[in-house]
Amino acid sequence: MTILETQNLTYIYGAKTPDKTTAVDDVSLSITAGEIVGIIGHTGSGKSTLIQQLNGLLRPTSGKVLLNGKDIWAEPKKIRQVRFQVGMVFQYPEYQLFEDTVEKDIAFGPKNQKLSESEVRSRVDDAIAFVGLEPSLRKKSPFALSGGEKRRVAIAGVIAMDPDILILDEPTAGLDPHGRAMLLEQLLRYHRQRKNTILFVSHSMEDVAKMADRVLVMDKGRAVLFDTVERVYSHSRELERIGLQVPQITRIMTSLSERGYPVRPGIFTVEQAVDELLPLLKGEVHPIGS
Amino acid sequence: MVRDITLGQYVIAKSPLHRTDPRIKLVSLVLVIAFLFVANTFSGLAVMTALVLLGMCCSGVRISQYLRSLRAVIILVAFTSVFNLFYGTGDVLVQWGFLQITTGGIRTAIFVAVRILMMILASCVLTFTTSPNQLCDAMERLLKPLTYVKVPVHEIAMMMTIAIRFIPTLLEETDKIMSAQKARGADMESGGLISRAKALIPVLIPLFISSFRRAFDLAMAMEARCYNGGKGRTKLRVLQLQRADFIVLMIVLLFSAATLLLRIFVTNPWW
Repeated sequence: MTILETQNLTYIYGAKTPDKTTAVDDVSLSITAGEIVGIIGHTGSGKSTLIQQLNGLLRPTSGKVLLNGKDIWAEPKKIRQVRFQVGMVFQYPEYQLFEDTVEKDIAFGPKNQKLSESEVRSRVDDAIAFVGLEPSLRKKSPFALSGGEKRRVAIAGVIAMDPDILILDEPTAGLDPHGRAMLLEQLLRYHRQRKNTILFVSHSMEDVAKMADRVLVMDKGRAVLFDTVERVYSHSRELERIGLQVPQITRIMTSLSERGYPVRPGIFTVEQAVDELLPLLKGEVHPIGS
Repeated sequence: MVRDITLGQYVIAKSPLHRTDPRIKLVSLVLVIAFLFVANTFSGLAVMTALVLLGMCCSGVRISQYLRSLRAVIILVAFTSVFNLFYGTGDVLVQWGFLQITTGGIRTAIFVAVRILMMILASCVLTFTTSPNQLCDAMERLLKPLTYVKVPVHEIAMMMTIAIRFIPTLLEETDKIMSAQKARGADMESGGLISRAKALIPVLIPLFISSFRRAFDLAMAMEARCYNGGKGRTKLRVLQLQRADFIVLMIVLLFSAATLLLRIFVTNPWW
């Protein structure tokens, strides 16, 4: 079932000035409820502009965003309601923390939703559990936490609004490898429990491969590819042409297949590669033309 | 929306005044303002007005731009000159209750209006043709003698330059934080004055913190590159006076001298 849809979405910065730039150019896509979509693209490809239109932070120059089949700008006064349904975690979200305790900061969103006190409290509890924060940190100042913990507090602040769709802009940027892995693991667990839709922008095609059901590739404001991970990654030459770094293992497998070895394109994990290569090494299959 | 605020007034163009040394322009502005007050005759005022108009013509900036910057002060100008109209001595022209318009009043009213307008236009000529960084540079160079009386001129100029440099960065940051808080349902567009002021707290606190973070980072980066104040520091672009700069200065001095002579030799108050 389609939960979020865009129709000919176009966003132009400085439309009335001589140096106008089209950040998002005629993007139409539909996102199914419950899936995880990874969004990749070069810097300046329009990813951030695209996602900011999905929760009504930016109003499209032309085109529509449909949430559950309804145009989100049909009633501009109710746009806040949309922002509660489509939660957005910005890049480096820890820079938005402002309250004096962790739990108050997480409660900011639910309080804006005008929920009852007890409801707010249970939302905060759930959110803290989802992102795996130590309960002992609740009364601490968010500014006294480590970088990874701050990031999780900020994400919890959005999760606490209980959005149907969660959008994250480079959630792992600036974290160490261990922090990255943990954060992604927690997001996956959250997704499995809540069964909600997640969109996330990433520079790491490895992370996207690990997390996403489908991948959206943006280039120069256009949606170039939108398909399953496997099918998108099998276009590895095209991805490289638009300046994207495909996973190392994908590069190796593509090179092998281009040299005539009978391996599947679109392989993106080492495990898949092992399964693919072992029979080849055992001599059960031979390169074409040898 | 925060992005729409234009900063500074510098207009990118190619004009003789854009090329002029910022120090000369700064000194000229001081001279123009001083001699607007030296002028106590209509002819002197006309000479200074002509100088300012000449500057505007040589600035490569459209007249509409100047008019736009006058719009903000036109009420002030009107207010002061109308006020001065009733506040003078001389032959009474109109008597209206205790209010009276005198010839002296009319004279001061005109002088006040023209002086304010010309001061603003002259400042605009400077700020339209000189980037903020150039201005800081010029000020640093001109105030250098003050280092002998222990005024940290270089440090002050560096602080000004850094402040100007970070205004756009902070605006961008404000924009981001506002979006992030709006995404959490912060309502910044509706409500009364108090609730709007309250709604700013989630924006101001993160902004404040990030300014400090930036300041520490910048200080660290500057120290890592062995910055230790102005001592022995050289400039990438050394300000050097050209012949054209002297010509500009000569023109300003010429007009000023004329004004001074008119003050000395013209005795008729309506000349």
